[in-house]
Amino acid sequence: MITIDINGISWQIDIEPDTPLLWVLRDIIGLTGTKFGCGIAQCGACTVHINGIAMRSCSVPIGGLDRAKVVTIEGLSPDNNHPVQRAWIAEGVPQCGYCQSGQIMAVAAFLKTFPKPTDADIDAGVTNICRCGTYEALRRAIHRAADMTKA
Amino acid sequence: MHGTGNDATFSRRHFILTAMSAAGGLIVGIAAAPDSARAATISKQPWTDSDQAPHEIDAWIAIDPDDSILIRYQRSEMGQGSMTALPMIITEELQCDWSKVRIEYASANRSIRENRIYGDMFSHGSMSVRQSQRMMQQVGASARERLIAAAAARWHVSASECVAAQSVVTHRPSGRALRYGQLAADAARVKLAAEPAIKTPAQFTFIPRSIPRVDLVHKTDGSAKFGIDAQVPDMVFAAINACPVRGGKLKSVDESMLSGTPGIVGVVKLENAVAVVATGTFWRAKRALSRLQPEWDVGAAGSIDSTQLSAQFRAALTERMVTARNDGDFDRAMSGAVRTFEAIYETPYLSHSPMEPMNATVNLQPDRLDVWVGTQDAEMALGAAARFSGLKPEQVHIHNAFLGGGFGRRDANDDIAQAIAIARVVKRPVKLIWTREEDTRQDRFRPHAVVGFKAAVGADGMPTAWSMRVVTSSIFKSVGIPFPADRAEPPAVDTLESNGYNVANTRVEVLLKNTHLPVWFYRAPGGNQHVFALEGFLDEIASATGIDPYLMRRKLLRGKPDWLKVLDTAAEKGDWGKPLPRGSGRGIAICTFTDSLCAQVAEVTVKPSGLLKVNRVIVALDTRHMVNPQTVVEQAESSVIFGLTAALYGKITIKEGAAVQGNFDTYRMVRLADAPRIDVHLVPSGGDIWGGAGEPAVPPVGAAVANAIFAATGKRIRTLPIVDTDLSGPT
Repeated sequence: MITIDINGISWQIDIEPDTPLLWVLRDIIGLTGTKFGCGIAQCGACTVHINGIAMRSCSVPIGGLDRAKVVTIEGLSPDNNHPVQRAWIAEGVPQCGYCQSGQIMAVAAFLKTFPKPTDADIDAGVTNICRCGTYEALRRAIHRAADMTKA
Repeated sequence: MHGTGNDATFSRRHFILTAMSAAGGLIVGIAAAPDSARAATISKQPWTDSDQAPHEIDAWIAIDPDDSILIRYQRSEMGQGSMTALPMIITEELQCDWSKVRIEYASANRSIRENRIYGDMFSHGSMSVRQSQRMMQQVGASARERLIAAAAARWHVSASECVAAQSVVTHRPSGRALRYGQLAADAARVKLAAEPAIKTPAQFTFIPRSIPRVDLVHKTDGSAKFGIDAQVPDMVFAAINACPVRGGKLKSVDESMLSGTPGIVGVVKLENAVAVVATGTFWRAKRALSRLQPEWDVGAAGSIDSTQLSAQFRAALTERMVTARNDGDFDRAMSGAVRTFEAIYETPYLSHSPMEPMNATVNLQPDRLDVWVGTQDAEMALGAAARFSGLKPEQVHIHNAFLGGGFGRRDANDDIAQAIAIARVVKRPVKLIWTREEDTRQDRFRPHAVVGFKAAVGADGMPTAWSMRVVTSSIFKSVGIPFPADRAEPPAVDTLESNGYNVANTRVEVLLKNTHLPVWFYRAPGGNQHVFALEGFLDEIASATGIDPYLMRRKLLRGKPDWLKVLDTAAEKGDWGKPLPRGSGRGIAICTFTDSLCAQVAEVTVKPSGLLKVNRVIVALDTRHMVNPQTVVEQAESSVIFGLTAALYGKITIKEGAAVQGNFDTYRMVRLADAPRIDVHLVPSGGDIWGGAGEPAVPPVGAAVANAIFAATGKRIRTLPIVDTDLSGPT
């Protein structure tokens, strides 16, 4: 039995311990904002925060998450007003949108470590795949979110 | 089905014993759109469960008494923005208040019941806007005139004295006014004597206009529903493994190794695939599937590999071909030429690889089938689902979702066929998801192509004759589109046949050889590989004759102001001719695609180690007209990255008949660190036709980058992907 906090709600979950967090979120809890893209931590579509750190939930077994605190895209802000979400809307980043939950979660955590990132910091620190190639807008949005957070 | 454990009584309670908020209460967030995005709205779940709405004026438009307007959208939103653009066109003619518009998908089921009232519902060929622009205008104009007629009748005045603006009809002489919401019920009963004329672009007042896409907000908070997000009561999960060699059959599979595995409903054997069905999570099905070791009957195709295919295609370059274009007399021009050139260019199979892997959720009942899927063509999906299930089309309901990328892949309905076959066995709603590996290997690939060029140049170094001979596979044959064998299939020669250069003796020919591998439309079909070839070959001629590649193109495009405009814009904004440091170079390329024109200048740096960096790409794009220019810019940026991924890394290798690459570790994508700065310049030239926006910027990028690499290193790349060429050495 795993006790886990997801977006401020405490869950007790009894499931095979090797089940990746991704599938607990999507199929058990019903939080479908976190996406399946590759299953091997390559693409980052499944990125969530585990104890404040951005992790690729497709490759994190639930068995190791007892007492962990998880934040998904649905819990990032109560009203879609996290600086990263606001910057994403202002810059019109999403196209198909499938990777964007993961992008937003990755960037929200990244900006805690790099509050005023350079382009080189961004290149090294934001590695999620966007098949629509929204990188130009995404880069602008990261800088914008950094400015908003600072302000 | 052969059950290997069954817990049909499974429920979610099995996993979740308690759920409560840490603070002791349930907190529900309510999403509020910021002002910048407060405009037209959509539901988080784009599909409609009921295809009728109260207060309909017609199948497209419903106006409620409070003036809120429902506009139905018949295409598929996969990131290209047409869910915003098409209702914008209706809004232009309807003269309504955009902030009161709500948009939902049109129902394919209703369309087939009502004599195809929504027309074509597909999204490919960059056609959503350019193919339905007139229809959307007519829909908006008709509704507007009926609202005006209803007001005129109410006031007993002539309709010609009334005008419509911002959802209000006004009687000009008296100043009386009625809101659309007050008129909609009457307007629904108005029959117009004739359809009103639609506006010319010069008369537009609402478009072109850069406004936020309607799907933006839901795609930033995780609430936008994709096909993979469908949740149906009592649903089970399926993972599938089809024969890795296309055309092969399932021989046998030993299911005993799954006995005792929790949650397994069963193993379903299909003719060419094996699926595992599980309760609770998709993971259970996927993990169990990975433990199976199915045996396949792969047949003769099991000995085919890429090297063989490449050799066969190259050898076929001398065979008799079908002529696509034949201007002047190429053979005669060649025989008298002072200087000639020859080169062979080759581009590999590619997987579409949308971020959302193929999936379909079905609920198959005796007299009704519901399918939740992201499809590029809901109407075709409906027809296919009816055939697969044996139900009548009107009994099939396609709940189209947001598409997590399409690029041409999401219209084959193979996922729907499998989901129905599995549901028929397990007799429960099924959500089938392909793993990433399955999605890559069971793709219907961008064709492999070889192009053999020959050219002659005159004393001035300019080409006087050229021949382009293509060996590739027929997409039409794979898709099932009938086409005469003695004519050149358009996607097989697109951008070669339609190249804009004034070369008096031009011959384009094609030979189609299909293998066991299905090939498919892939963002900018034909263009996505042939522009790399043609523009590379032209660059070879320019470099050998000492003519600047930009100026050579300029001369060859003389008398074509629209081509020259995009070429000059790209060259000028791309600093063509300005000095660059050693190891850096610029390349240029141009094409027409989907009636648009696109030129690009790429700037690269190659380190002595061979490390390549694409620094920036300048795009000049002429789509003739635009609805939402911001979206056109986004599509150009998207196309550059898409084309760059293909040019730098894209390759599906075939070994023993099967695709080698599976996941993103072996099938590499451009990421942020590889992404160049992209600078897009829109130069719409107007006129009678409308060009596409989603594809024309895909073809030039590979050529521009390869030509820039040549400028930087002197290394000519004739085979993609670029990553296969060693670029190291002194620059």
